Amino acid sequence: MKYFLKKLTGKLIEGTLFLSSTVTTLTIILIVFFLFREGLSLFKHSPIEDGFVVAINSQNTVKKITSPQIMDIFDQEITNWEMVGGKNDSIILFRIDNITDYYTEEQMGDTLQHIPKLLSRLVDSIPGIVAFIPASYAGADFKGRILELDNISLRKFLTDKEWYPTAQPAAQMGVLALISGTLWVSLGAILLALPLGLATAIYMAEIANEKTRRVLKPLIELLAGIPSVVYGFFGLVIIVPLIQQVFDLPVGETGLAGSIILAIMALPTIITISEDALRTTPRAMKEASLALGANKWQTISRVTVPYAASGISAAAILGMGRAIGETMAVLMVTGNAAVMPHTLLEPVRTIPATIAAELGEATQGGLHFKALFALGCILFIITMMVNLTVEYISAKRKYSKR
Amino acid sequence: MNHIIATEKLNLYYNDFHALKNISMQMRPNTVTALIGPSGCGKSTYLRLFNRMNDLIDGVKITGDVRVEGKDIYAKNTDVVELRRKVGMVFQKPNPFPKTIFENVAYGLRVNGINDNGFIKDKIEQSLVQAALWDEVKDKLNKSAFELSGGQQQRLCIARALAIEPSIILMDEPASALDPISTAKIEELIYELKENYTIVIVTHNMQQAGRVSDNTAFFYLGELIEYGETKEIFTNPKDKKTQNYITGRFG
Amino acid sequence: MEWPKNTERNKNLRQVIAFTSFKLLSYAVVMILFLILAQIIYKGISVISWEFLTAMPEDGMTKGGIFPAIVGTFYLVLGSMVFAFPIGVLSAIYINEYTKDSFYKRFIKLMTNSLAGIPSIVFGLFGMTLFVNTLGFGDSILAGSLTLGLLTLPVVIRTTEEALKSVDDSFRHGGYALGATKLQTIRRVVLPIAFPNIITGLILSIGRVSGETAPILFTVAAYFLPKLPTGIFDQVMALPYHLYVISTSGTNVAESQPIAYGTALVLIMIVLLVNIAANTLRRYLGKKVKMN
Ligand SMILES: Nc1ncnc2c1ncn2[C@@H]1O[C@H](COP(=O)(O)OP(=O)(O)O)[C@@H](O)[C@H]1O
Ligand SMILES: [Mg+2]
Repeated sequence: MKYFLKKLTGKLIEGTLFLSSTVTTLTIILIVFFLFREGLSLFKHSPIEDGFVVAINSQNTVKKITSPQIMDIFDQEITNWEMVGGKNDSIILFRIDNITDYYTEEQMGDTLQHIPKLLSRLVDSIPGIVAFIPASYAGADFKGRILELDNISLRKFLTDKEWYPTAQPAAQMGVLALISGTLWVSLGAILLALPLGLATAIYMAEIANEKTRRVLKPLIELLAGIPSVVYGFFGLVIIVPLIQQVFDLPVGETGLAGSIILAIMALPTIITISEDALRTTPRAMKEASLALGANKWQTISRVTVPYAASGISAAAILGMGRAIGETMAVLMVTGNAAVMPHTLLEPVRTIPATIAAELGEATQGGLHFKALFALGCILFIITMMVNLTVEYISAKRKYSKR
Repeated sequence: MNHIIATEKLNLYYNDFHALKNISMQMRPNTVTALIGPSGCGKSTYLRLFNRMNDLIDGVKITGDVRVEGKDIYAKNTDVVELRRKVGMVFQKPNPFPKTIFENVAYGLRVNGINDNGFIKDKIEQSLVQAALWDEVKDKLNKSAFELSGGQQQRLCIARALAIEPSIILMDEPASALDPISTAKIEELIYELKENYTIVIVTHNMQQAGRVSDNTAFFYLGELIEYGETKEIFTNPKDKKTQNYITGRFG
Repeated sequence: MEWPKNTERNKNLRQVIAFTSFKLLSYAVVMILFLILAQIIYKGISVISWEFLTAMPEDGMTKGGIFPAIVGTFYLVLGSMVFAFPIGVLSAIYINEYTKDSFYKRFIKLMTNSLAGIPSIVFGLFGMTLFVNTLGFGDSILAGSLTLGLLTLPVVIRTTEEALKSVDDSFRHGGYALGATKLQTIRRVVLPIAFPNIITGLILSIGRVSGETAPILFTVAAYFLPKLPTGIFDQVMALPYHLYVISTSGTNVAESQPIAYGTALVLIMIVLLVNIAANTLRRYLGKKVKMN
């Protein structure tokens, strides 16, 4: 009996340990589930916010309108139905707020109960009208035609440059500008950080003596420990004004500011991983080089670095991955303009910064909210690819080098 | 004076550890000298004196004289790079570079400032022929050196050392990581190389020492116990320790 | 064969140039660190006072202290560690001591590394949907702590694994030789030896958690809340979010700048303390292990 109890406790404990070990896996599964459930639901949706419709006169010959066209119509860039494939007739915009221009309060009734009837009549009487109204007002006996819009498509989402997620009546959900902003800033960061990081790694692994290394190592760790808001704050008070002055810009919040801050933040990753990679170069390999009359620098540049090349590239990829996912520091210094970047001296906006800046304002479960989750999905996919690439590289290194 | 390598009252310390004790020894050109002795007795340390490989280790202190071709190689004005061109080295485990076969052999030339591609090509062929590897690799010079077998890799390392035309070749247990057939090839190679080079070889394998060397030095706990013609040492050792060692009683 | 002319006479000069530039570049990296520290310490030190640390923010956060943010961050660190520390340690024990299945080991390692690579803002999104909405915790210490806990779990697992790995197998065999069961050996022998290293990992993850902003944006952090929380379902202010708010979107960014420097300095102090503690522990430990 006692033996049995003891065995049971043992099993119980082992079970608990096992369950704990599944938490990371479970978390990833849950992250995928929640992120993608919300994010993918964006693509089952038209760009018009739930509860609203866009209605036109039933005689109107226009069949289909895309969401950028709707935006242009309501921005009065498109003013004639001819421009979207209809008859030559000017477009008359109607938003629900405009109802008072047409009807008195009396006509609407004490409890506004007459509005649906009035709207129906209005849309029916003006051939060129396009009306953006609550869906509840366009019931069964509504005489206008409700425009059908295509659902937001993944392709458009990824390739459109326009990011106006709260535009009325039709949201513009193109993330290309955000994706390129993210990549520009991160690429800039890596280009800055890689030479500096690699030089430091080489210095620490091959040149500096043990004492210097023992001083440098904790300092690099410290650099890694500084919170990203503090980097953001430092960027805001030092780098941003500096860039504004040096390049004589209207604002210093630019992609470059983001790249510089991200480069500093990526340094510890790059240094630590490259240094480890350089250290894996077998002593015998370096000795062989020296024994052939190479000096130390020739040995480093021709043997040690090439030998560690895959590890160094893993460091660069991982650094890039970190930069892509970094939120706060970038949010604070890049100026966050959601337009296609042309140079790093303009404000740009990254995916993580967009999520951080906009999620607070987005209505729970609304279009904008979903779009931000879809951005989260993109971020998740990018970083997963980065992780798997790095895992693959390091697994291969281990395998090929005994 | 007919000695190409000589040490005189040589002592070497790893920090406080006295690894080589008062070693005086000379080697003549175009001979093969075997260094034998139990593990940890200082053979490798002694071998690595001649191309100053010990310099790379922190805390090494050396007293006494090491002469190569009559020159004190630990003198202040020694050009270590020049020395290492003259004194090639082959290591215990094959350690080719992560480069092509061609670039492995070209390496020594390139780092010594040779950029004449025609010369490099000829030299590579010559070295690979000398190392008895040419026929096996001539069609895949641009393949990675890691694709070769262990024995081929070791001969590649020998070719690599030969390419810069050293006069002395140091070998630290060059066949200990190889199979018997590859070992036999390396031994044959050593025999042929003797004609043009002076060879110092560390070996664990008594039979090997007997087969390839002209002279043998027996080390024990950092001391040179006995040094003489290989035949003599193997048939008629003067020291009891030597006798015990070669008859396999310890080590 | 005729030995051609050496075309590279200056290889040692090249070495000198290369080594000098690497040295300078390395010092540049250190300079960057010092520049950041110096700037924040120099401007922040005059702001820090007992009052600053213990008073409520006032006048639209342009005056007063940061007490609620300190308390908030303290609770979040505590909460996330209460969650992540046991799970992380148990998980590492399972991976390192129990399972022999190398596939499962590799799989868990892959998952742990992957989790570590997920950006913190994604944790924020996740925490918001799961803890705040689906489980109905609302914006609360509980939701924020759990989110931060998951984020830091990989750190705890990795450091614990390292700690366990550094325990020599002879100790384990010694345990078994005395007739102890596996569990007893782990509890009585392995864990005590690994303990200081595990604690080092814990300290480092505290540093990490206290500075994270993105995961708490939508799970707990309050923009301005001049009172202390009374339970785990309350919202709190937090140091990193406070720094973000007052330096970018406060009521008067220019006027709150001293407060921002003060807050940044407090964050930096936490990081410094954490690093010093971890390094001291490591050094002390290194000595102790050598003595044994
Ligand atoms: N880098 C080093 N630092 C300290 N001691 C060393 C070092 N290399 C070798 N030794 C010591 O010097 C002695 C001789 O080593 P070695 O020359 O490698 O012996 P062998 O080649 O005969 O096996 C050994 O006791 C070894 O422990
Ligand atoms: Mg040896």
